[in-house]
Amino acid sequence: MGWNFNDSSPIYQQLCGILKSRIASGQYAPGEKLPPVRDLALEAGVNPNTVQRAYAELERDQLVNADRTSGRFVTADGEKIKTLRAILSSGYIEELFERLHGLGLSDEEIRAAVNEWGYLK
Amino acid sequence: MTTLKCEGLTKNYGPVKALDSIDLSVESGRIVGLLGPNGSGKTTLIKIASRLLVPSAGRIEICGKAPSAETKAEVAYLPDRDYLPGWMKVSELIGMYADFFKDFDRERAERMTASLGLDGNMLLRKLSKGNKEKVQLILTMSRRAKLYLLDEPIAGVDPAARDYILDTILSNYDEEATVLISTHLISDVEKVLDEAIFLKQGKVVLHKPVDDVRQETGMSLDGYFREVFRC
Repeated sequence: MGWNFNDSSPIYQQLCGILKSRIASGQYAPGEKLPPVRDLALEAGVNPNTVQRAYAELERDQLVNADRTSGRFVTADGEKIKTLRAILSSGYIEELFERLHGLGLSDEEIRAAVNEWGYLK
Repeated sequence: MTTLKCEGLTKNYGPVKALDSIDLSVESGRIVGLLGPNGSGKTTLIKIASRLLVPSAGRIEICGKAPSAETKAEVAYLPDRDYLPGWMKVSELIGMYADFFKDFDRERAERMTASLGLDGNMLLRKLSKGNKEKVQLILTMSRRAKLYLLDEPIAGVDPAARDYILDTILSNYDEEATVLISTHLISDVEKVLDEAIFLKQGKVVLHKPVDDVRQETGMSLDGYFREVFRC
């Protein structure tokens, strides 16, 4: 996933979302060192304070541990990453249901459609 | 620490109030967008802060001091037009900046112009518009100033050159320094800004963190600007 930001929500929140996806998917592996604030700011083309704020939020969620001298690391706690993956997944599923409800499908029809899509794949 | 502070700052050009009793306070370590339509007072404010103009009324302080020779040494100003002699070579311009400014990092400037693929022997006037703007920015950002005043640094260059310029700003400003960028190309700069200041007919109509604007309005800064300044 690249660093694309939409127009409708704060950038630090979007940055946080991208970082969470990367942690959940293992692109940032458990225990891996995260890029320093400045490097990530340059890579994503955003303000360093925005990166700082996103990192602080990940620390609050205990997905990232800060070490005063050596930087920030992805949590090595597999359970936390599993929980994160579950939270992100249910978000996507909720969105799927919302959109399909919008098209007039019932819960039952959505489940059937998902199953069928799975078979077709 | 407060880098830039204005109290009741006013500038009249004859009957025209270019700045109308502005109160502002900008902290260090921030990148701030000075945004407003043409004629809203952006350049006037920047020129007062860089001591090229004197206010008609009110006060302005740079790092707690009134503009003076001393503050000039702490302020790096990039004007909104070509201001360097075209007959000079890139290497001569770097030498001139090194002579003029104690805080100029010559090695950094040389490295950055080299990474642009520019030969130091090239004359400034032989450069493309994009490269000319880049050289002017490199000279400005190679100073270790406390306040950078960048007047329209990305106007008139292509999107790739804009990205280069924004990267140069992000990678070169000191964490204790403040960068004030005036522009009307808001969508290009909003991701790098901490705060936005909207100027309208010489008055500050908004001064907020960019993410607060997005949070409160559900719009990008660019979208909100278009709404505030709809003609």
